[in-house]
Amino acid sequence: MEKTMDLTLKVWRQKSANSTGTFETYGVKDVSEGSSFLEMLDTLSEDLVEKGKEPVAFDHDCREGICGSCSMTINGIPHGPEKATTACQLHMRHFHDGQTITIEPWRAKPFPVIKDLVVDRSPFDRIIQSGGFITSRAGSAVDANAIPISKATADYAMDAAACIGCGACVAACPNASAMLFTGAKVSHMNSLPQGKAEKDRRTLAMVATMDGEGFGGCTNVGECEAACPKSISLDMIAHLNRDYATAQIKNFFKPVA
Amino acid sequence: MNLDSKIPEGPLSEKWSSHKFNMKLVNPSNRRKYSVIVVGSGLAGGSAAASLAEQGYNVSCFCYQDSPRRAHSIAAQGGINASKNYQNDGDSVYRLFYDTVKGGDYRAREANVYRLSEVSSDIIDQCAANGVPFAREYGGLLANRSFGGAQVSRTFYARGQTGQQLLLGAYSALSKQIGLGKVKMFNRHEMLDLVKVDGHAKGIIVRNMATGELTRHASDAVVLATGGYGNVFFLSTNAQGCNVTAAYRAHKRGAGMANPCYTQIHPTCIPVHGDKQSKLTLMSESLRNDGRIWTPKDAEVAAKIRKGETDPNSVAEDDRDYFLERKYPSFGNLAPRDISSRAAKEACDEGRGVASTGLGVFLDFRDAIKRDGQNTIKERYGNLFDMYQCITGDNPYETPMMIFPAVHYTMGGLWVDYNLESTIPGMFVGGEANFSDHGANRLGASALMQGLSDGYFVLPYTVGNYLGKQGVADAGKVTTEHPAFAEAEANVKARTDKLLSIGGTESPRSFHKRLGHIIWEQCGMARSKEGLEGAIKDLQALRKEFWTNLRVVGDADGINPELERAGRVADFIEFGELMCRDALMREESCGGHFRVEHQTEDGEALRDDENFAFAGVWEYKGDDIEPQLHKESLIYENVELATRSYK
Repeated sequence: MEKTMDLTLKVWRQKSANSTGTFETYGVKDVSEGSSFLEMLDTLSEDLVEKGKEPVAFDHDCREGICGSCSMTINGIPHGPEKATTACQLHMRHFHDGQTITIEPWRAKPFPVIKDLVVDRSPFDRIIQSGGFITSRAGSAVDANAIPISKATADYAMDAAACIGCGACVAACPNASAMLFTGAKVSHMNSLPQGKAEKDRRTLAMVATMDGEGFGGCTNVGECEAACPKSISLDMIAHLNRDYATAQIKNFFKPVA
Repeated sequence: MNLDSKIPEGPLSEKWSSHKFNMKLVNPSNRRKYSVIVVGSGLAGGSAAASLAEQGYNVSCFCYQDSPRRAHSIAAQGGINASKNYQNDGDSVYRLFYDTVKGGDYRAREANVYRLSEVSSDIIDQCAANGVPFAREYGGLLANRSFGGAQVSRTFYARGQTGQQLLLGAYSALSKQIGLGKVKMFNRHEMLDLVKVDGHAKGIIVRNMATGELTRHASDAVVLATGGYGNVFFLSTNAQGCNVTAAYRAHKRGAGMANPCYTQIHPTCIPVHGDKQSKLTLMSESLRNDGRIWTPKDAEVAAKIRKGETDPNSVAEDDRDYFLERKYPSFGNLAPRDISSRAAKEACDEGRGVASTGLGVFLDFRDAIKRDGQNTIKERYGNLFDMYQCITGDNPYETPMMIFPAVHYTMGGLWVDYNLESTIPGMFVGGEANFSDHGANRLGASALMQGLSDGYFVLPYTVGNYLGKQGVADAGKVTTEHPAFAEAEANVKARTDKLLSIGGTESPRSFHKRLGHIIWEQCGMARSKEGLEGAIKDLQALRKEFWTNLRVVGDADGINPELERAGRVADFIEFGELMCRDALMREESCGGHFRVEHQTEDGEALRDDENFAFAGVWEYKGDDIEPQLHKESLIYENVELATRSYK
């Protein structure tokens, strides 16, 4: 039989974007160590519903670490203590009987809380909308093998493209910077031959949107990489800085967009 | 119900090109006068919305997630098929077509499948141009692998995250159009009703899940790309939010629902661990290339393994039953999904299952590690082994993995013609939400192909054709002031109020679990007349109980996960009944549908082509009235129907 545990949870409760939130303390019993963290929260929800209280609202969907919906800070660390693991893939065997766990939403000004653990991450979408694409109308593509891409380049692009857009990097950063997120997309697209035509334009536009949304600057703390469930490397930020500097210089002499 | 499939005349290979030529075009300067609603932002919806906007139409796109990038297409792992024949190993449009029709156990429409196979190459080109970082060889060309038992290497992939990368490609194309103002994106919105005006789909009613507000949206055409209904089983590999509501609401408004009993059970999922589990996790099928599947021959040995008294590694070779290798010597552990799943179930039914629940079989890499070395196995499957260890806490290099079948994909869905138009004119259906291309069983790496085929290369033509036929004078004529919108909105509101006011004692999740249990037991891997008849009665009773004893806490004015689940479960209960009816009607075994009454002497599926070579399409008649069955005959002009054999 699997081991079970009893836990004390301190959970951020906030009715709506405009109300003031507070920590509420709840107990959950008989949590099996094979459960995921979110299944443990499901148990809490069912307990609350049983008592006629509203369950804790949190974003979640695929529960296999790829959609990027889940977004909660567990004992002070976005997605919790396990390295390269989303909250939905975090299993209760990493906790122990009698433990107190603090659960709160992403804390960052550009990601306002909408309810309980749910935040508004639409600034990420707007960063992508401003330049995180390679223009190729459906029907206009050349044969996929017409442009060879070295394995090293393809692998690098894939490392960058693995980002799930969860926002843990922003939540972990003392400046609430979105440089890792933006850097990953810029590195992915700027490194591919297909993405070169729009490289400078893309880089300037995405950084401008990022700044406009209120994200802070990068001061090389490195918390983002440590919190990232997909282990996106700080190198992506260096890549972004490099491409941004080049684009700015080019833009100074002749506007790129 | 008009089931004219509108298959174009002419030879198979010329149907799509001649159809494209015969379709009505809309002048580029007139396109901005039309608006199209796309519900869903996965591979089909995202790519359709982006492509229609590129052409110049005004698009509104809706998704229930907080961003279109999170649609469940993202979770597909393995790859995407295309008939490129880059490996020079004999692939062709015709072979991919043939394999898909055969793999679907001869229950798909030939012309649609051929078109899918025909545009598959364009999809790869489009995605590469979009920046999808497909795996490459050292020479810079695209890499391929063989997948799901195919005898050619036609699967393109991006590590184990192909779905993610393809979806992010479509999402970036969509994002560009949102940035340009050609697509208006509505995140955290769920469609709760379809609005028809003069018989045509002209809009939808949605609920803003963040504020609770109900809003009306009018358009000249509606595209549903709302995914499959696997969550009717409660436990599946689907995301938590996946639901049948949009499709089922459209069904209630007159859209035919085809082959709902065709569901796919995937053999390699991580077994259930307890009653609090919320979802099942799929392990890529590629593991079956090297892993050997077995259970102990003796039920007593299995019982000891379950209790942890016996170490599976200590079970002697002679005491192991490698049941797939025994039953299907030529395909062995690579037998198709439906066949492998059933064989695992049989072993467990005989009391030889492992895992704490008895619902599991071993997938053992011992021999592969001995043969190729641990490093080679690690290179091939390292990320999957890590994932397994993360979830179960077991190290698969030392202890055999345990797997069990789980619901993964649904082949059935809303009926569509060759244009992907449903029985409601002006309502199109793409991706997993339609029934179109996979027959009774889907082959691996074909779901991504179909979603993108529909979205990038089919719907942008056929929706335009519909709009062109309507004429530019009618563009944008219907507004949300039309009484049909008020009626639909009132209908949604009344239902929401009802859900909140029942005041019973049982939670939506609890009803969902009970529903899932009935469907899994009676309409899962093996189905029988008796079981299905019982299930229909049980589901009717469950529905009554639901509407009298449901408890939904909270209110309708903001984020309320209980209310969302309640609405979805309500539709799933009704839909589950339809699935059972369909399974009961289909007196044969084919693909994912296995009727115990219809099997060969050695337990293989027995198809009945004479009486059941048709798509079963159900028409909604009223809440307590039996739905009416219509049939679309499947005519095979090119492929000869044969018995699938994997012996």
